[in-house]
Order: sequence, then structure tokens, then C-alpha cells
Amino acid sequence: MAIMINGAAVAAPGDARVSLLDLLREQLHLTGTKVGCNQGACGACTVLVDGERVLSCLTLAVQADGRSVTTIEGLGSAESPHPLQAAFIKHDGFQCGYCTPGQICAAAAMLREAEAGMPSYLTADLTAAPVLLSRDEVRERMSGNLCRCGAHNGIVDAILEVAAEHAA
Amino acid sequence: MSRVQNVVVGSVRTALGWVPAQWLPGGTPDPLIERRAAIGRQASRLDGPQKVAGEARFAAEVAMDRLVYATLVHSPVTRGRITRLDTAAAEAAPGVTLVMTHRNMPRLGTLPLIGVSDLTAVGNSSLPIMQDGEIRYNGQVVALVLADTQEQADHAAGLIELDYAAETARTRFAEAKAGARTPASILIDKNHVSIGNAERELASAPYRVDYLYRTPGQNHNAIELHALTVAWQGEQLLVHDATQMVAASAAALAKLFGLKKDDVRVLSPFVGGGFGGKGLWDHQILAIAAARLAGRPVRLALSREGVYRIIGGRSPTEQRVAIAADAQGQFTALVHTGYSVMPPYGACPEQYTMGTRSLYRARSVEIVQRHIDLDIVPNTFMRAPGEAIGTFALESAVDELAHAMGVDPIELRLRNLPERHPISGAPFSQHALGQAYRDGAGRFGWERRKAEPGTRREGEWLIGLGCATGSFPYARMPGANVRLTLHADGTATVSCSAQEMGMGTATVQVQHAADRLGLPIDAITFEMGDSALPAAPMAGGSCQTASIAGAMAAAADKLIGELLRLAGNDTPLAGLRAGEVRFADAGIAGIAAPARHETFRSILARAGRETVSVTAAGSMPLEFLKFAMHSSSAIFCALRVSGVTGEVRVDRLLGSFDCGTILNPMTAASQFRGGMIMGLGLALTEETLFDERSGRIMNATLADYHVPAHLDVPEIDVMWTGIPDPRSPLGARGIGEIGITGVAAAVANAVFNATGKRVRELPITLDKLL
Amino acid sequence: MIPVGYVRASSLGAIPPMLAGDGHRLLGGGTNLVDLMRKGVERPSLLIDVTALPATIEEAADGGLVIGAAARNSAVAAHPLVRVRYPILSRAILSGASAQIRNMATVAGNLMQRTRCVYFNDVAGSRCNKRAPGSGCDAIGGFNRYHAILGASSACIATHPSDMCVALAALDARIRVDGPGGARTIPIGEFHRLPGDTPEIETALAPGEVIVAVEVPASPFAGRSTYRKVRDRASFAFALVSVAAGLTLDKERIADIRIAFGGVAPKPWRALQAEALLRGGPATSAAFEAAAAAELAHAEPLAGNAFKRELAKRSLSAILAELAGVSR
Ligand SMILES: Cc1cc2nc3c(=O)[nH]c(=O)nc-3n(C[C@H](O)[C@H](O)[C@H](O)COP(=O)(O)OP(=O)(O)OC[C@H]3O[C@@H](n4cnc5c(N)ncnc54)[C@H](O)[C@@H]3O)c2cc1C
Ligand code: SF4
Ligand code: FES
Ligand code: FES
Repeated sequence: MAIMINGAAVAAPGDARVSLLDLLREQLHLTGTKVGCNQGACGACTVLVDGERVLSCLTLAVQADGRSVTTIEGLGSAESPHPLQAAFIKHDGFQCGYCTPGQICAAAAMLREAEAGMPSYLTADLTAAPVLLSRDEVRERMSGNLCRCGAHNGIVDAILEVAAEHAA
Repeated sequence: MSRVQNVVVGSVRTALGWVPAQWLPGGTPDPLIERRAAIGRQASRLDGPQKVAGEARFAAEVAMDRLVYATLVHSPVTRGRITRLDTAAAEAAPGVTLVMTHRNMPRLGTLPLIGVSDLTAVGNSSLPIMQDGEIRYNGQVVALVLADTQEQADHAAGLIELDYAAETARTRFAEAKAGARTPASILIDKNHVSIGNAERELASAPYRVDYLYRTPGQNHNAIELHALTVAWQGEQLLVHDATQMVAASAAALAKLFGLKKDDVRVLSPFVGGGFGGKGLWDHQILAIAAARLAGRPVRLALSREGVYRIIGGRSPTEQRVAIAADAQGQFTALVHTGYSVMPPYGACPEQYTMGTRSLYRARSVEIVQRHIDLDIVPNTFMRAPGEAIGTFALESAVDELAHAMGVDPIELRLRNLPERHPISGAPFSQHALGQAYRDGAGRFGWERRKAEPGTRREGEWLIGLGCATGSFPYARMPGANVRLTLHADGTATVSCSAQEMGMGTATVQVQHAADRLGLPIDAITFEMGDSALPAAPMAGGSCQTASIAGAMAAAADKLIGELLRLAGNDTPLAGLRAGEVRFADAGIAGIAAPARHETFRSILARAGRETVSVTAAGSMPLEFLKFAMHSSSAIFCALRVSGVTGEVRVDRLLGSFDCGTILNPMTAASQFRGGMIMGLGLALTEETLFDERSGRIMNATLADYHVPAHLDVPEIDVMWTGIPDPRSPLGARGIGEIGITGVAAAVANAVFNATGKRVRELPITLDKLL
Repeated sequence: MIPVGYVRASSLGAIPPMLAGDGHRLLGGGTNLVDLMRKGVERPSLLIDVTALPATIEEAADGGLVIGAAARNSAVAAHPLVRVRYPILSRAILSGASAQIRNMATVAGNLMQRTRCVYFNDVAGSRCNKRAPGSGCDAIGGFNRYHAILGASSACIATHPSDMCVALAALDARIRVDGPGGARTIPIGEFHRLPGDTPEIETALAPGEVIVAVEVPASPFAGRSTYRKVRDRASFAFALVSVAAGLTLDKERIADIRIAFGGVAPKPWRALQAEALLRGGPATSAAFEAAAAAELAHAEPLAGNAFKRELAKRSLSAILAELAGVSR
């Protein structure tokens, strides 16, 4: 087996302690995925595993064996950005840029979750589908990604803009 | 600062009082204030594409051959000494290259503390760094392990056996108050200010408030962990660090390790948030020493817990604010005294009385700060040190007084705004707090506030509105240098060691350079984050922008002279002197006769030059000794408090700022908002839990220390007067820290308006409102 | 973290013998175990990944649900049957952690997650009877804002941090386990244990046993049930107090009722006394308040968590009033 990372097969590490995060950053030099706590508490290490957002710091790399991982590098690049990346620039959804890849990966998955009708704690009617992504809904759904620079407003603006384009 | 320095600063101020303003730097307003093109325009961040793509490289992301990983071991004991140390098992563990303890750590001196006199003094702690077996605070590093992988290093660190003989430690704030020290100065201001007899005025005034306010310790919690990747090449040292002080760190490291200044290179092009916390601490010294011992490049990234253990945060305080007013609401007494923790080996006095010194006029004033010694990791500067929490106490008290008098709190403030600096008597360079209040109140809808607290209810929720003043002093650092290089193709490069932590340093300085040099933005490249470049000051005190701007202005002046010399006589400019020309349209033009113009390209081509380059330092920042230069703000908050649970939900926050010229509305708005959001954390959720029984921080995680999450952050409206400060470069005054000031009080005042409950102890958690 | 082995369990049957070894532990999403391994609280020698086990969510013959142990928290919360019939469970799960963690966390892992007591987590610097039996409890007299006011002992005052389990308690769920002694079913109320003198024993799971599934019986409360979580941050924080409640009305009377608290006790706290007082009685604010007061009368608050008594009372009264549609 292997871990598919942004489309490329990578062997799972021999040391089971290696987190998916450390595999990405230290062994593959995919440093777009960030580390803010190593405790599951900040969201900076968010990546997509089989399309779902997860925390790479609490995922052992061996657990990802046989699965497919998308990191920020797999979403887009400076030259050809993902719509969310472009919207983050437009709305100044970052300052230092450190929480940013995690925010963008989380947002990408979040938009798909909403499309699939996933409710949140704030959703009044749990059975309603599709979910309307209000500002509050986006804020709740993104709360696992901390930003200490305080770019929250821009982040939510950027996501809402992309969500509206999706819907259109 | 010592008493001697007090006298020196005092006498410089007095002397400057007699010097005509035109003689000072900034004496005549920066001409660019009138000629802004790129400045003030919305420009998105130049480094945006890299950052959103994860392509911006941070300090822990530099790849190196033969790299080894470091893990630190922290003392769980607060005071005492190591009695047994067994590293054998750790040394024998797989992958381990080195175990470093006080036994084999190279002998080094201590770091001089951050100060105003010596710009290479940037230490946050003057304690010895792993030089002996003494334990001086809980969390102090006692060992460092290097191994081939982080996992191996972490594991081996756990195999080190240590015993300690614990001694009694000073850990209790209330008990230590008795032994508090009263320093002569707080930064460059005299500490104790006593005008009139405030206690007597208080006793006799028709209206007065007199309360204690408490604020807890806090931590910066930049999302990027403190980290460095370091390599020795012979006697040369290369440090990729996450630091807000590139040049000063390099200089300090050179001194500490006995190296030539040019042999130390610190690189820090991106910093994942600093807020005052990313200075020079023990971990950099330890990693550098270990790399030397091991003969291999080292990466050290602190764990989140490690950051709490060895990087100090904001000090807890207990502050007394008392205000008396006469029947007309004029302040007759203003008292602000209190205690904060500042061990003698630390650098930050937590200047919580600073705002009080400049915001209001009062017939009598009593201000003094006292320092408590505890055995703790030294506290340090954290976003708007002092002012963030000092404005909580002061501006809560003003609101309390307004309520007691039955006067609108804005009205009460406006009645007491000073004409000149209330203590020094110096004229304000520019000051429009009144306008900020009026503009803000209008946009916010202040008139909808009900003066009677606890009277607006929507279902379960009690609604409240509050406001408060924020304040932050202007500063410009001496020792800022900028190199300007013009290229034959007509483009320019601006170089200095400045740091980018999210403020948009490069973006704003490129806008500045474009206007300064008369070039379009895309003709400018900005190089920074490298100590090999001309030294810029640290990013702190919200002064980086003004400091670099001052240096760039000086360099531009020098460049004009150089270009005129190169241009010679065979030019439309012939005969014009430096004072008679200015930069315009990608070249130089006569001021009186703009048609006399020659482009950079043409001048360089004729002179046969590939480049022309000048370096200059900013002038001495005497302007802020002669003038009172302060930014201020009016913060408005609308919130709800659950009548059932006491939970607070902030619905709206508005900041109206008076900060001089706004150089880039987009990045400035983000800076303001960022500060205000940290202010929300300060007001409602953040507290470092320091267990006074043990002297240990107990919530050293981002799960247990609550910084605001997305759902805690409402839409935040920001606006500004935009009035340029005639005494500062570009008319700008610095915007990085003021955002946080005033917010906690605005929230507390709104909570009072909603519930009738006055909370004088931060954070305002729900249990205080049940 | 000490070196650790890793295997994937291919089938349920394979697990019990694998678990026999010293330090052999099951690994679900890892969101608790990996964190605790890094903190040095947990030191397993072998991780047996059970995420390939059944993760199905199926309707049972009695109209209830059977949720596979490896089902992810987010999958449970999003499942159409859960949303319609057990909104209380859906909402409880959605109130917990973050979307990323819910995508990783398994149902079994959530049941088994350990306390967030900061002294428990501080291996290097704090005494903790749960982590090191007999060493003492630094939370007593320390920071105990997040600690228990009900069901604690002088040995340990830690709370169980789960939101999901509070809803499961209100729903009378049963935990299906399998192990050396064969398969059995444990009612949720007996699954988590009070600390007594042995706070290190947290569940009724015997050595070598593995959680196979969670059974949720058919519930008459779907229409009138909810979960409210009160916390220090608007989102992404553990509960100070949470309430799961459901009721059915017969005119103005309460026909049946279920109440469970989170954040106040070492286990999800089923408020049996309040339920008994209310069952068959009038659905009035006064009755709700009296029942809440009676349930909390046994609270033993400490300096840091005394507010929880009032908070729990008020939260419960408010939530019941809301469910019953009576104004307060
Ligand atoms: C930052 C953060 C915030 C959080 N906030 C909340 C919150 O607000 N509310 C909340 O409820 N939770 C919260 N959590 C906790 C989270 O819900 C749990 O970590 C998660 O549910 C555990 O599931 P897991 O599958 O990841 O378990 P793992 O970490 O894989 O395992 C946990 C335990 O379960 C055991 N185990 C796993 N599977 C089985 C099985 N089949 N049979 C027997 N034992 C088994 C493991 O051996 C281990 O002891 C938070 C966690 C973090 C990191
Ligand atoms: S409350 Fe329990 S878990 Fe916390 S320190 Fe005490 S014994 Fe340990
Ligand atoms: S680094 Fe993974 S959540 Fe913080
Ligand atoms: S942009 Fe700096 S932490 Fe979010």
C-alpha cells in the first residue's frame, strides 16, 4: 500500500509515531501544512483525507496508508490559485499567513459538507437540506481553525463569496 | 531606566521645548503627506499569493542536509537545584546525537535586557542560560536532546532522569505585594507622577469612583510556534529564526557567542505572528550552542507547552483607578496606581498607566506603578503592553463615573479631553479623539443606547451597548537604516532587515517607495528579513513603519544628491541643487520647473552605471520628545448577555481611530481588526492559569487557553479620521497595537449596560454574570 | 512518545487475542489517544487500529439504531435517521470539538475518551490519582472550573468531557462489547464509573473487551428534545455545563421525560431524581425549577466550580420550559 499525497504515491513511514503532519513537513518538505499546537486545538495542520478535512497532527501517518491526502499544495499554487485562495487574497483573509493553508483546506471541505447537507450545531432545522451558509453558519463551521492575527472577517467574507459562486 | 536616565530624558525634553519645531526632524511636514499616489490606496498584499498557497517559507521549514531535531526538557520545579542528572539512557537511545545539560553547555554570558539605550540589547531575560544546576522558575530548560528525527528526540528527552531539591518559591501575587518595588521610570517616563493632592480632591468631590480592577496573565499564542533552523559554517553562524528583531538578534548573538558581527546572519522573511513574543529567548541560544557542540545543523521548534513554559506573556495586574469630578463633570482627581509582576531579570514594566498619562486633564493626578517579584518566566511585551489592560481599568472607571453622574459616557470624556499633554504640557502633534468619538458614535448608532442598565431584553438575551477610549503612543526608533538601489532599467530595490509578521510591511513600504521615488508600485522590490541587509529596528511598539519610513526618506534625500552628481551638466537638471528638485515620473524634476526632468534610466545610462545605491539612517526621533504624539481611538461594542447562562455574545464592534495617515486601508483595517479581536479575547476568554501553589502554568495548550474562535468574532467595523500627523514621516503614527486598547473596557461597559453588573476582573466569564 | 507498534485489525474476532499483550491498545481516530501519547499520559506498546471495523448505522428491529463502533462522529451526526429521530444526539455531537475532529473521532473513541483535567494531562508537574493511583489530586484546591460537582470523590473530581455521551445517556443507549468473556451489552448508565477510591478505573469494560456497537432504542422524544451546551468560548470548547433533555406531553402534564447533564460529573449525569419528580406532573416553570433544584441539591461545589450548581439549574429549567413550550 501507499499514501497518495496530492496524487503521488508515498510509502508509509516505518516509525508508527510519525504523524501525517511530520511526514508532510519533515520528510516530504510539503511545508504548506502548518503546525500550531500538535494537540488538535488549532486547525493549522488541516488536510483533506479522502476529501474530508482532518487534523494531520493527530493522524498517524500509518493510518493514512491506502488513503488519499490533499494538502494546500494540492489545492492550488501561487500561479494557479484555487478560487478560495484567490478570494482570501481579495478579502485580506490573512495577515501573517500561518493559519491560512489550514483555513483554506478546512473551507474547501466545509463547502462540500454544506452542499451535502451536513448540519452544524447552529442549524435550526437539522433535517433541512440543502443548508444555507449564513455568516453564522460559516463562523461555527470554521471554529476549529484558530487565527491569532484576527483575520476572521476576511476569511468569512472570502468563504461566503466562493460559496455564493458555487451556488450560482 | 535609572534615575540618571530619567533626568537625561527629562532635560532633553525641557531643552527641546525651546527648540523651534522647524529645526526638528518632522519640523516641516513630510511633503509626501500632500502627494500621495500609491500611499493610501487599497493594495492587496504582495506576499498574498505565496501565503495562500503555503509557499511562504517559515523558519522551521528550511531544508538542510544532516539536520538534527531538538527537544527541550523543562523543570517541573519552580525554585531549587538539580541534585541528580542521568543522561545515559537518553544518550543510548536510537538516533540521539547529543544530550546537552548545564554540564556540557558552553559557558556563555547573559543577555542584556531590552532597553532603550542599547539597540543590541534585546534579551527578555538576564538569567543565565543552562549554565548551572539552579532552577529559577517553573519550566526553565534543564536539558536539550538532539536526534535524527523529532520522534527520537522527543522520546530520548523523556529518558533523562532528573532529581531536584526544591526550595520555597515566591509564587503568590497577594503575598508578594508587600515587597513590591517602585521603579524610578516606566520605559522613558518618570514612574511616579503627583500633581496636586489627589486623595484630598477625591475626599471632597461631589462625584467619585474608586475601585480595584484585576487582569490576568495572558500569552501571545501566535499560531506559528517559536522555531529556528540553525547551522554553523566554521565560525559563521546562520540562523533561520521566527523573530521580530532580525538585526538586533544578529548583533546580540554575535556578542554572546564572541563572533564578528558580520559572521552572524539571521534570516526571517516571514514570521507566523509575533505580538511581542517572538524576541530573543533561551531557546535560540540553546539551539545554537547545541548545533555547535554537535557539529550539525539543528532545528528546534518549541512545543505549544514549551512556548508557555519559556516565553513570558502579559503580566497580571491589580490596578486602582479613582476619579473625582466636580458638578460640571470636570475631573478634579485622577488616580491610577497598581501592581504588576516584573522579576528583576525581566524587561517589561507592563506600562498600564501610560494611557492615563495622556488621555484626560485633571486638577490633581497621582500615578505610580509597583513591581512584584515572583519566581516566574519573565513577562514580556504583548500587543499594546500596559495600554491594553490599563485602558480596561481607566475606561471602566470613566464609565462608572458617568453612570454615577447620570451623564453620557462620551459626553463626560469629551468634557475632559486635554488641550496639551496633561503631564508634560507638550503640545499634541495632532489629536482628534473628539472627532473619532463623534464619527464613531454616529456610525455605530450610539443614540440607541439606553442609559438605564438592564432595560433592553430580547427573549433570553439582555442587550447592552458600551464604548471606551483606546490609546497608544507614537514612537520611532533610532538606528533604522534603508538602502535604496536604482537599477539601469529604471526599477528600484529597497532593502532593510525589517520583519513581516502579517502587518503588510513589504506592501506598505513598496507603496511608500513608489510615491517617494515617483515610480509605479511594480517597479519596486522590497528586500527584508535578513540581517545582512541594512539594519531596521525591531517590529515592536508599532514603530516599524514610521522608523523605516524615516530612514527611507533620508535615503531618498541622499539619492537625489547622488543622482544629481551622476547627471552632471549634460542634463535638463543642470544647475539645480538638491533642495530644488524632487522625484517625479520615474526620475527627477525641478520643483519650480517640473518640465526640467530626467528619468533614472537616462541618468544611469549616461553615467554608464548598472545601479546606484545609497544607504541612510533615519534622523534621531526627537519629534516625540518635543511633541505629545499619541494615537487614540473610540471603541464601540454591542453585545448580548444570556439571562439564563451569563454567556456573552458580541454582536457588533466598531473602532474609530485617530492614527495619522492610513497608508493602506486594507492592511490597516486588518491590523485594527486583529487587535480588536485580541481585545475580545482579553475581555472575555483569555487567561493564563498560573497555579500559585506550585508556580506552574496549568493551561499550556490551545485547548485550555481560549483565544477567540470564529464564532466569537463578529463583523468588525473600522474607520479613521485619517488626519496626517505633521510631525511624523508620511504623517503616519503606527497602527499595530492600538486596536486592542479600549476593547476590554468597551465590552465591560456594554456588559454593565446590558445587565447592570459591573465586572472589574478579566476575563468576563459567564460565572461572573450569573 | 515511546516507540510503538501498529497493526490494523481486519475483523472483530481478531481483536480480543491481540489486546492480550501488555500495553496493547485500540486506536480509533486517535484524537484523544495520540494527544495523550504525546503528553506521556498514555504509553502503549502496540496500537491496534480499529477504524476498519464496522462503521454502519442501521435500523434495528425495535425501531432503534445500531451504530458501529468505528462510525465517525460526523457520520453519526449527519445520518438522516439520527437527524430525524434523535436530533438530540446529532446536536450533541455537533456541539463537540471541531469539524475536523468529528471527522476523525469514532463512536467508541468518544465513549472512551479521557478527562480533560489539566492536572491529569500534566505528567511532569502534577499529582493525579487517576494517572498515578495514590499520588494525590492537584485539582482539589487548584483549578477546578471544569471539574465535577456531582458524583466526585475525595480521590478524583474530574469530569467526563464527552457531549455525545450525554445524549446517549438521555437516550438510554446500550454499549455492545465483545471480549474474552463473550459478548454482552452494558447500559450507558453503567458504562462510565464514578471514581470512588479507584479513579483509574473509568469504565465497565473488562480487560480485553472491545466496543462493537452502540444501540440506541427507539425514542418517543424526537420532536421535543434538544441539547444545549454552555461553554467559555462560543464554539470549540468543552462544556462547563450541558443539558440533554427530551419529554413527551399529555395535555399540560409531562408523560415521560429524560434529562442528562454533561460537564458536572465524572460521567454523563442522568438526572433521575428530577425526572421522577417531573414525570406525570405539570409542565410548569415552577415544577422545572423545583426539579432542577432537587437534582442539584446534592452538589458538592469547590472554589472554582461553585457556579455550576446555579448554571446547571438555570440551564435545565430553561431548556425544559423551551421544550414544553411554556413561558418563563
Ligand atoms: C482540541 C479538542 C477538542 C475537543 N472538544 C471536544 C468537545 O467539545 N466535546 C467532546 O465531546 N469531545 C471533544 N473532544 C474529544 C473528542 O471527541 C475525542 O477525542 C474523540 O471522540 C475520541 O475518538 P477517537 O476515535 O479519536 O478516539 P481515540 O483517540 O482513537 O481513542 C480514545 C480511546 O478509545 C479507545 N478505543 C477506541 N476504539 C475502541 C473500541 N472499539 N473499543 C474500546 N476502546 C476503544 C482507545 O484505546 C483510546 O483509549 C475534543 C478533542 C480535542 C483534541
Ligand atoms: S481530578 Fe482526577 S484527573 Fe484531575 S488531578 Fe485529580 S485525580 Fe487526576
Ligand atoms: S497543529 Fe494540528 S490542530 Fe494544531
Ligand atoms: S493570519 Fe496569522 S494566524 Fe491567521
